[in-house]
Amino acid sequence: MALLELTKLKLGYGENIVIKDATLALEQGDFVCVVGTNGAGKSTLIRGILGLIEPRSGKIKYGEGLDKTKIGYLPQDLRTDANFPATVEEIVQTGCLGHMKFRPFYCHSEREHVKRSLKTLGIADLAKKSYMKLSGGQRQKVLLARSLSATEKLLILDEPSNNLDYQSRKSFYATLKKLNSEQNLTIIMITHDLDADDLIGDKVIAINDGVVKITTTKEYLEGYRK
Amino acid sequence: MIEMFSYPFMMRALLVGVLISICAALVGVSLVLRRNSMIGDGLSHTAFSAFALATVLGVAPLYFALPIVIAMSFFVLRLSQNRKLHGDAAIAILSASSLAIGTMAISLSKGVNIDLNSYLFGSILSVSWADVILSGILALVIFMLYLFAYHRIFAITFDEEFAKSVGVKTGIYDAIFAAICSVIIVLGMRLLGSLLISSLIIFPTLTAMRLKRTFRGIVLVSTLVSVIAFIIGLVLSYILATPTGATVVIVNLVVFIISVLIQKIID
Repeated sequence: MALLELTKLKLGYGENIVIKDATLALEQGDFVCVVGTNGAGKSTLIRGILGLIEPRSGKIKYGEGLDKTKIGYLPQDLRTDANFPATVEEIVQTGCLGHMKFRPFYCHSEREHVKRSLKTLGIADLAKKSYMKLSGGQRQKVLLARSLSATEKLLILDEPSNNLDYQSRKSFYATLKKLNSEQNLTIIMITHDLDADDLIGDKVIAINDGVVKITTTKEYLEGYRK
Repeated sequence: MIEMFSYPFMMRALLVGVLISICAALVGVSLVLRRNSMIGDGLSHTAFSAFALATVLGVAPLYFALPIVIAMSFFVLRLSQNRKLHGDAAIAILSASSLAIGTMAISLSKGVNIDLNSYLFGSILSVSWADVILSGILALVIFMLYLFAYHRIFAITFDEEFAKSVGVKTGIYDAIFAAICSVIIVLGMRLLGSLLISSLIIFPTLTAMRLKRTFRGIVLVSTLVSVIAFIIGLVLSYILATPTGATVVIVNLVVFIISVLIQKIID
């Protein structure tokens, strides 16, 4: 059974239908980059998968052990305030909220999960540090750790390399590849532009005029060069 | 000082003031950090208008103003969330219009004796035992909310989109906060005045942000600062015979300036 299956999915805001037809299936361990011009509907597609907007028609089917609140989401960096007064641990813990139901406090296993997420990304020493004291690259890792705390199956990243310099971006992509190969995490990542260096996944979801198509990265690049 | 609290009106003012200070500080942390602090300002002017209309119509101001301000808070919330509108400009229009409606209602009413100053700048004599009870209930509600939903409130304040993605019902929390904010303003404006009440929501958080770097720290320090500043302001206003609202705000301002200086020394 596929981890995520979209069937004739239609998404939009008000009168405006942004995604006209999305039909695809992703397996556990897929690493998919989402490409398309500005306004093509990349963010709309992932907001639909996350359940942040209701589909106009069509279906989203989540695989075993996955539901929309157990997806690790990394929104665009601009959404969060770099000067927000919080410790790294406080922020990463919020990833566990999807598992809490009506419980008011984090349980032991959730706290352990948070520790593991921080350790996996090599930032365990930052746990008690203030978020506002971190560099851009460190902040991005903290937000990724928060996403990891939310899921064991699927990560969705919205233009994660936007505000990173070349070195930080390279290191961030290496971390993603490692998570994908070692933990068999499925990753869906929106890339900022069509730079081949950003297409680090094995598949590409291309959005053109509201129509969503999935191909292998190799096929996509060959088609793009032509 | 003990003598001043032997007067029942002073005791009522102290109780309502302390309870409202706690509530305002707790709600203020989330509103200020989400850059929604102007909502308090807009609602306080609406409350002024509602109180003026209630007096002109001869109905109980508290029970007339409460539903109106709560309804308006939901409207303001929608305005501030609408990306197509300039939320701050919409709130400014609401503030000015509300003040104008209130003032017009008072000026057009014949034979109704209204002390405009007490609405605008507050009067500790107008605080009743019903206000004390309502403030107590409100404080209990907010305390329970923070106790049982602290992590969710934190998540919404830091990153609403992410909080939504992990299943937090952000719309419900927004509505609860807007309603609580309305009740704080309606109860607090009789004490501090409609022009000054929103400062009780904003100042303590701004002060705490200079002294603490964690959300939990800011919640605790802002609550403490809010209560202490209110008590000092109330006592000073009694000793100096100055308006309570203005004195409390000036104490908050002084505490804020001190916190800025402390931050500069630490950094």
